[in-house]
Amino acid sequence: MLAESLAISAVLFTIGVVGVLIRRNAIIIFMCVELMLNAVNLSFVAFSRYYGAEGQVFVLLVMTVAAAEAAVGLAIIISIFRHRQTVNLQNINLLKG
Amino acid sequence: MILDLSIPGQLITAFAPDMLLMGGAMILLLWSAWRPESEALQRNIGIASIILCVTVGVTIAYYVARGDSSGVGVIAVDNFRWTADIVFLIATIGTIALSMDYNAREGITAPESHVLVLFATSGMMTMAAARDLMIVFLGVEIMSVAVYVLAGLDRRSEKSAEAALKYFLLGAFSTGFLLYGIALVYGAAGTTNLSLIGERVGQPGIAGSAMLIVGIALLLIGFGFKVALAPFHMWAPDVYEGAPTPITAYMAAAVKAAAFAVFLRVWLEAFATASDAWHGPVWWLAVVTMAAGNIIALAQKNIKRMLAYSSIAHAGYILVAVAIGTPAASAAFMFYLLAYTMATLGAFGVIVALERRGGGQLQIEDYAGLWTVRPWLAAAMAVFMLALLGFPIFGGIGFFAKYWIIQSALQAPAPQTLLAVVLVLTSVVSAGYYLHVVMVMFMRPRSEGAVAVPPIGGWTRFVIAASAILIVALGILPNSVARWTQRSGNRPPVATAPVAAALPANSTVR
Repeated sequence: MLAESLAISAVLFTIGVVGVLIRRNAIIIFMCVELMLNAVNLSFVAFSRYYGAEGQVFVLLVMTVAAAEAAVGLAIIISIFRHRQTVNLQNINLLKG
Repeated sequence: MILDLSIPGQLITAFAPDMLLMGGAMILLLWSAWRPESEALQRNIGIASIILCVTVGVTIAYYVARGDSSGVGVIAVDNFRWTADIVFLIATIGTIALSMDYNAREGITAPESHVLVLFATSGMMTMAAARDLMIVFLGVEIMSVAVYVLAGLDRRSEKSAEAALKYFLLGAFSTGFLLYGIALVYGAAGTTNLSLIGERVGQPGIAGSAMLIVGIALLLIGFGFKVALAPFHMWAPDVYEGAPTPITAYMAAAVKAAAFAVFLRVWLEAFATASDAWHGPVWWLAVVTMAAGNIIALAQKNIKRMLAYSSIAHAGYILVAVAIGTPAASAAFMFYLLAYTMATLGAFGVIVALERRGGGQLQIEDYAGLWTVRPWLAAAMAVFMLALLGFPIFGGIGFFAKYWIIQSALQAPAPQTLLAVVLVLTSVVSAGYYLHVVMVMFMRPRSEGAVAVPPIGGWTRFVIAASAILIVALGILPNSVARWTQRSGNRPPVATAPVAAALPANSTVR
């Protein structure tokens, strides 16, 4: 079971990373980040079958933190939408040099 | 006194300074939500926040005087933690002082901005205290979530919103790497406790396992994003340029110091025995970061961007201390953080003083002839630039900071001569942009259409003067600070020795 769980977790994590790198919509990028975090949660749960509850405690911690991050992140995305009427990163390019 | 962290009361004692800051910040948050938003309230909350920081600093001084230590546990009680905390608190006080004047000028009346800085600082103190990967993660996130908001503090500014978005997306992305690294290290070692990982990674079977190597690599990428090492630095210049200037100072000084403090602790406490696996990559990251940061900084016209690339270069210098990994190097590391924090705060203080509402007067050319209209301000800026450069005498402790890093590189059991050479060569390159600012201020005439320099707020004056005086004065007497940071280098060797044998040694290390 461990090997399969870790493989799925690695695949999910990779999908998340690729999504962050190729998608240009801020909300979809954020969803891909959440996918990465949940892929890691799967690894933690798989490991905790062998090492005890520590991994499961970590999962609860990650979920709490991800919720806090989502609250802040969506607020930031709304604030940029108010300025630009878009959340597409290609159009968000004031800062460069 | 030796604290036993399995007893709840003693765990609370060990974590009390951090909890004092968190609790105080929550009370201030209630206070700021209770009253209608106003300029006066913003200042009052700012002053109360500074008083809270000083109180926490005094508490920490009391803990240092008591000389507590702890055995194996989730929280470290050692001088490394206390010294790092003092550096964060200095940066926090400077940031809040600058914010009070800056927010008044920009019309930001939200008093919560100071409270968010306090929350971020409590996250940093948690990071410095962490001796368990769970606490590491928790501290990093408490800090990051607060700083994402701070970067977007100026709601009316489009640049500020864009900086917040970029910082948030890349910060969350790097958190993913950090977390996956933690998961794989946990999978390889079977524990999240740093000291226990340190014991186990040396054992045959775990030492060279693919899971451990990939875990360390992912952790390195995660920390690389957080401290802005090249090639993971691309977010830093944009975010530093767009964020409100005092917050930029906070990110460049305190956030970087905190990320490095936890980076060093994880690396030397958990992965010291696996140094074959990471020494090469860390070595190359240091070289690439020093070269890229300094060379790109030469081309910058905007002073905030220039300081952003300079902060990337400094991350490279500090990474040299991580690559060396001896106790002398961690002492030099702490001294460097202190010197860098004060010089960065001061330099951003000067930028806050000269900036105009809405972000004008940020080009290096705007500083032309500053010497003729504001000689003291120009002199202070020269001190900060020379301190960042590491110039002797006029650069104060900046010189000793680099000197000790180089010295620890050359005197390590495995001398890092090549790294020291790269450090010196790239420092010479950095003279190109630091001295350019000094040259523009002192040797160019004030341009015809130059805007008159406005009166400077009292708190901004305080930050600039205090940092300049401390940099020069401590540069004359560096040994007093060095003794203080050297004690932080002697981190207790709990991982390798049996607990009972290690404890007496801990209690004498003050």
